[in-house]
Amino acid sequence: MSELVRKDASELSALLSAGEVSAVEVTQAHLDRITQVDGAIHAFLHIDTEGALQAASVVDSKRAAGETVGSLAGVPLGLKDILATKGLPTTVGSKMLENWIPPYDATVVTRLREAGIVILGKTNMDEFAMGSSTEHSAFGPTHNPWDLERIPGGSGGGSSACLAAFEAPLAIGTDTGGSIRQPAAVTGTVGVKPTYGGVSRYGAVALASSLDQIGPCARTVLDTALLHEVIAGFDPMDQTSINAPVPAVVAAAKRGDIKGMKIGVVRELGGEGYQAGVRQRFDEAVVILESLGAEIVEVSCPSFDYALAAYYLILPSECSSNLAKFDGIRFGLRVGDDGSRSVEQVMSQTRAAGFGDEVIRRIMLGTYALSAGYYDAYYGQAQKIRTLVAQDFAKAFSQVDVLISPTAPTTAFKIGEKLDDPMAMYLNDIATIPVNLAGLPGMSLPIGLAPEDNLPVGMQIMAPAMADDRLYNVGAALERALVAQWGAPILNSMAGV
Amino acid sequence: MSAISRDDVVHLAHLARIDIPSDQLDHYASQLDAILEAVATVSAVDTDNVVPMSHPVPSTNVFREDVPGQSLTANEALAGAPAVEDDRFRVPRILDEE
Repeated sequence: MSELVRKDASELSALLSAGEVSAVEVTQAHLDRITQVDGAIHAFLHIDTEGALQAASVVDSKRAAGETVGSLAGVPLGLKDILATKGLPTTVGSKMLENWIPPYDATVVTRLREAGIVILGKTNMDEFAMGSSTEHSAFGPTHNPWDLERIPGGSGGGSSACLAAFEAPLAIGTDTGGSIRQPAAVTGTVGVKPTYGGVSRYGAVALASSLDQIGPCARTVLDTALLHEVIAGFDPMDQTSINAPVPAVVAAAKRGDIKGMKIGVVRELGGEGYQAGVRQRFDEAVVILESLGAEIVEVSCPSFDYALAAYYLILPSECSSNLAKFDGIRFGLRVGDDGSRSVEQVMSQTRAAGFGDEVIRRIMLGTYALSAGYYDAYYGQAQKIRTLVAQDFAKAFSQVDVLISPTAPTTAFKIGEKLDDPMAMYLNDIATIPVNLAGLPGMSLPIGLAPEDNLPVGMQIMAPAMADDRLYNVGAALERALVAQWGAPILNSMAGV
Repeated sequence: MSAISRDDVVHLAHLARIDIPSDQLDHYASQLDAILEAVATVSAVDTDNVVPMSHPVPSTNVFREDVPGQSLTANEALAGAPAVEDDRFRVPRILDEE
């Protein structure tokens, strides 16, 4: 393996700007790494060799000509296959869009390109971002680099796995109920779900519009912040985009000073139902935070006990509406159009053929929750619980600066283990869902390996809206202390892929 | 108590325009039933006087500046269509024969 692929984005950035290595060399090293390992990992659905090398060559020319380029110019990235890329397939992990080539770029993709970041290809995901394991991809599962028989989390398992397998130092994910943070937790990588409205969703295939958020993924807190800064900020093309300055995430990631901060441990997100090794590593990390000068208090958010149930009513309701656009008329798959069938019959056949099991389950669940007679009892009640969750957060943040919990209740489970039990699969999101309901930012970062299975454990940090910088400040302080304790980043202890 | 019957699945599948094969109806009925039983716990929460929240960023009628810009050409817009005729989307028949 080339030494270049083991380097973090900020290290590559320094080498590139010093002229010690070219963007083409960096890109080629990562493309070679993908050729070498992605047969076993399957993090990527499409690899854009030509486009990546061309983008890298443009960066090299600009640098050679003395033009100013962004600090991440020439650094490669894996892009979740949910973001529209002009001229490059965008499948959302579904047969419905298997052959769709978007005619435009998502805003985030435009910003990545403008920053000179090299898009290596599109990463695997649960179909339409519905899942916690990437097993629901229509194109086969992604394997966790720590143990190829285990899941890399989901829905953004391709993005987390490509980081852990050193196929890319940066990746983009989307997080509706944990799809950035849970994959980060089970692969020993870092992922951030920004404040709702902090990153434009224009060009992202919508799952549940009131919950979806695009965010940065990387192997270190600083790299994640650098990418965050590139993709965040107001966009008139997204009506929910917040027109305010981007929080100073990079400065916070460089600071990492939590002396005097108040950190709340959420009582409802831990204890029973959480794996022993997850609890142990979490408790140890809390002690470290305290030793770094933070004041630790326990906080109770009673409504969180109902957040998962509310989420699995709100999400299916919104997705049943959002996915109505996949009707086989204007783009995507069309099945059964032999001249004898009506448009309605063609639609029904197309949707049955194009959607996988989990997507069909959630569409029908949402259709049920929104139907006359059930609306108030299900969707309406869930929306009121959403209010209670937001109120619990507001109350907690009147007492503390950030909240923490384990990111996921368990380490990576075996591929196939939970596939036939939807409720067991949904429970993976139990700790990550509350911030999506309230629209707040959350981070997951690695805090060690569970002693019983030697697999990564993540800590979740949660902050008030538009205080994303606090995540990076706390994350950087904890990361620095942990890496000092381990003697090396956590991924160094992973057996080679 | 089973909340979702096989007939309910047929009805939902029709509303959602998904042609589910009859040999899968029982499978979906039992799974949807299990999920609904789990999420029905929301009814245990006292929500009198609680305002429903539809969205984390309350907003009404957000408009961008009305500035002319470049939009997709007809060819670009039609490039992903399953069927095209005379520069238009070709669709299956919408009306019945008679």
